[in-house]
Amino acid sequence: MNYFPDEVIEHIFEYVGSHRDRNALSLVCRSWYRIERCTREKVFIGNCYSITPERLIQRFPSLKSLTLKGKPHFADFSLVPHGWGGFVYPWIEALAKGKVGLEELRLKRMVVSDESLELLSRAFPNFKSLVLVSCEEFTTDGLAAIAANCKWLRELDLQENEVDDHKGQWLSCFPDSCTSLVSLNFACLKGEINTGVLERLVARSPNLKSLRLNRSVPLDALQRILARAPQLVDLGVGSLVHDPAMETFAKLMTTMNKCKSITSLSGFLEVTPRCLTAMYPILPKLTSLNLSYAAGIPGSDLIKLIRHCKKLQRLWIMDSIGDKGLGVVANTCKELQELRVFPSDNIGQHAAVTEKGLVAISMGCPKLHSLLYFCHQMTNAALITVAKNCPNFIRFRLAILDATKPDPDTNQPLDEGFGAIVQSCRRLRRLSLSGQLTDKVFLYIGMYAEQLEMLSIAFAGESDKGMLYVLNGCKKLRKLEIRDCPFGNTALLTDVGKYETMRSLWMSSCEVTVGACKVLAMKMPRLNVEIFNENEPADCEPDDVQKVEKMYLYRTLAGKRKDAPEYVWTL
Amino acid sequence: MEPSIYQSELNLEATELRLGLPGRTNNKRSSPEDRSRSISISISKSSSVDSSGPSNATDHDDDDDDHQNSVQPAKVQVVGWPPVRSFRRNSMQQQKQKKDEHNNNNGDGSAMYVKVSMAGAPYLRKIDLNVYNSYSQLLNALQNLFKCTFGEYSEREGYNGSEYAPTYEDKDGDWMLVGDVPWDMFTCSCKRLRIVKGSEAKGLASL
Repeated sequence: MNYFPDEVIEHIFEYVGSHRDRNALSLVCRSWYRIERCTREKVFIGNCYSITPERLIQRFPSLKSLTLKGKPHFADFSLVPHGWGGFVYPWIEALAKGKVGLEELRLKRMVVSDESLELLSRAFPNFKSLVLVSCEEFTTDGLAAIAANCKWLRELDLQENEVDDHKGQWLSCFPDSCTSLVSLNFACLKGEINTGVLERLVARSPNLKSLRLNRSVPLDALQRILARAPQLVDLGVGSLVHDPAMETFAKLMTTMNKCKSITSLSGFLEVTPRCLTAMYPILPKLTSLNLSYAAGIPGSDLIKLIRHCKKLQRLWIMDSIGDKGLGVVANTCKELQELRVFPSDNIGQHAAVTEKGLVAISMGCPKLHSLLYFCHQMTNAALITVAKNCPNFIRFRLAILDATKPDPDTNQPLDEGFGAIVQSCRRLRRLSLSGQLTDKVFLYIGMYAEQLEMLSIAFAGESDKGMLYVLNGCKKLRKLEIRDCPFGNTALLTDVGKYETMRSLWMSSCEVTVGACKVLAMKMPRLNVEIFNENEPADCEPDDVQKVEKMYLYRTLAGKRKDAPEYVWTL
Repeated sequence: MEPSIYQSELNLEATELRLGLPGRTNNKRSSPEDRSRSISISISKSSSVDSSGPSNATDHDDDDDDHQNSVQPAKVQVVGWPPVRSFRRNSMQQQKQKKDEHNNNNGDGSAMYVKVSMAGAPYLRKIDLNVYNSYSQLLNALQNLFKCTFGEYSEREGYNGSEYAPTYEDKDGDWMLVGDVPWDMFTCSCKRLRIVKGSEAKGLASL
C-alpha cells in the first residue's frame, strides 16, 4: 500500500466510514495517519471534556460533522446536580474561529444556550443538520435563529429536550426561500405553533421525509399537512383527539390512505383511543412504532392496533399493553428487533408486565437484539428461557420497578438469570441489571461478557469482589456506572490503569472514600476524578475518610476543566 | 420547647426524603441481610403496597408501626429509580395532571411535582405534594431536605422567630406564605415553593 500515491489511498479511505475503522487506519503508520486526518469529515466525541476543541480542529481540518456528548448518563435520572457542565458554546466558538466548514452538529446531554444557537446559525454558511437529544437551556428564540439564518438547513431534530417557549413564532422565521428541509422534529416543544405557517413550510419542502409534530397540532391541521406531504416516511402525530366534526376525521382517514410511504410512526402525545383507527391504513407497512408517550390507551386498543403491524422491527410501548398484549406482539411481529416497554403510572394494576410477557416475546421474536424492559418482577427461569431463545442480544436492559426484588417464585437473587443472558449472548455490548443480585452475577459477567462495553448497576452486589470481577474480566468495557452498591476503595484502586482504557466511571452512594479518590487522581494524571460535594460549603475540605456521595471520573487529554461549578471538586 | 401546632407524633424518619433506600442512614450502610429483604419502593400511588408487602422495616421503625398505620403511609421515593429519563417522567406527570384537572380530580393517585428552591442552594429540588396530607408533613419534609428550620406558624405573625420560612407561588403568580389557606386549596394552587430567609418572610406576613 505504501507504494500507492496519496490520492489513491485517499480514495480508498473514502469507502471507510465507521469511526472505529477510521481510528484503526490512523494507527497503521505515519503517512496513513496524515492522510486519514486530512480526509476525515465525521468525528464522534463521547465525552466533550476528553479533548479540547482546538486540538480537534488542529487534527481534522476537513471536519464537517461533529457529534458531542456531555453529561454522564445518570444525569438522565436526576442524579447529576444542575450546572455540572457540558456547555457547547466553547465548541461552537472554537469551530467558528477555526473556520471549520461545519455542516452537521449532533449533541446529547449538553447545555445549549440561545447564544450558541445564534452563533451556530451565523458562523457556518453550509450548515445543514442540527440534532439535539436531551439538551437544555435553549429557548424557541435560539430555534428562530437557526430557522432564519441556516439557508441550506436539511435537518432540525429535537428529541426530548427541555425547551422554554418564548412565544416568538420561531416557525415563521423559516424564510420563503427555505425549501431544503428533509427532517423536522419539534415534538418536545410545549408551546403553540402557528399551523398555517407549518402547512406552508411543509408545502414548500418537497424533500421532507420526516415530520414530528408537537402536542399543539390538532387533528384537522394534521390532515391538511399530510395532504401536502404524501411522500413522508416518518410521521410524529401531535394530538389525535376526537373531533366532534366527524367529517374531519373521515378526511384524515382518506388522507392516511394516500400516505403510501410512511414506515415510522410516533407521537400521540394526546390521544383519544377511538381516533387510532385513522392510523389503520398505514399500520401494515410500519417498521417502527412509538406509542410510549400515548398515555391512557387501554391495553385492548393497543392489542387491536398491533395485530395490523406485521412488519414491525422497532416497537416502543407502555406496559399498559400487559403480558397478554406482549403475547400478541410475539405472534404478530416476527421481524421485531428492538423492543422498549415503559412504565405507565398504573402501578398495581393487572395490566402491568411481568416475566411472562418477556418470555412470550423471546419465543415469538427470534430476531430481537435490543431490549429495554420495565417490569414488576422477573424470574431466573424466565431469563434462562429468554437467553436460550434470543442469543443475539446486543443491548439488554432490565429495570424491575422494585430495584432489589428477588425471583418471586424461588426467592433467590437473579444471578443465574443474568448469568444465562451473558453466557448465551456472546455479542452483548450493553447491559443494565436490576433485582436482587449478589457478587455472583458479576463473576458471570466478568467471565462471559467479552464484548460488553457499557454496564449499569444499581442496588446490587455484596463486596468489592463484585466490581473487581467486572473490571478484570470485561476487556472491552468503556462505560461503567454504579449506584448504591457496596463497592469501596479496594475495588476502585486495584487496577487504576484500567480507567484509561475506558471512557468513564460513575459511582454514587457506594463505599468509596475521598482519600481513595485522591490516591487515584495522583496515580493517574490523565484522568479527571470529580467528586460532587453537594451538602457542605465549598471551602470546607472533607476528611479523607469521608465517603464520597458521587464520583465521576473520565480519561482526558484536556486536563482539569475550567468550567466546573462550585460543588465539583476535580482532585 | 413548646410543640408547634403542626407537630405530630409522626415518625419523622419515615417521611424523610433521602437519596437511598429505606432503612439506610447516612452513617451506616445496611448489611447484605437487610438488602436481601425485598424493599418496597412505590412510585406514585399513595395507598397501594406492592406484592412484597411493607417489608421495609428497620429496627427503629418497628415500634412506630402502630402510629404509621393510623396515619396515611408516607411514600419513600428513591431518586432516579425506576430509571426513566426526566423528560419522559415530567411529560407523563403533566399529562396526568391535565387529565386529572379535566376530570375534576384532585390528583389522587397521581403525582404533583413542584420545584423547591432555597436562596444559597446550588440547585433546586423537586417534591411530590401528593405524598403529604398536611402542612406538618410538608414542612417536616422541607426542613429535612434543606436542613433548615421554620419556626412556629401563626396566622398573625407567620413563621415567627425562625431562620427560614416557606413560601409558594400560586396560580396567579403571587408569592404567598405557606400555611394560610386550607391544605387542599394549597395543593391545587401551588406552582412552586421557595424557602426564604426569615427576615424576607417577615415582610410577607406583616402585611
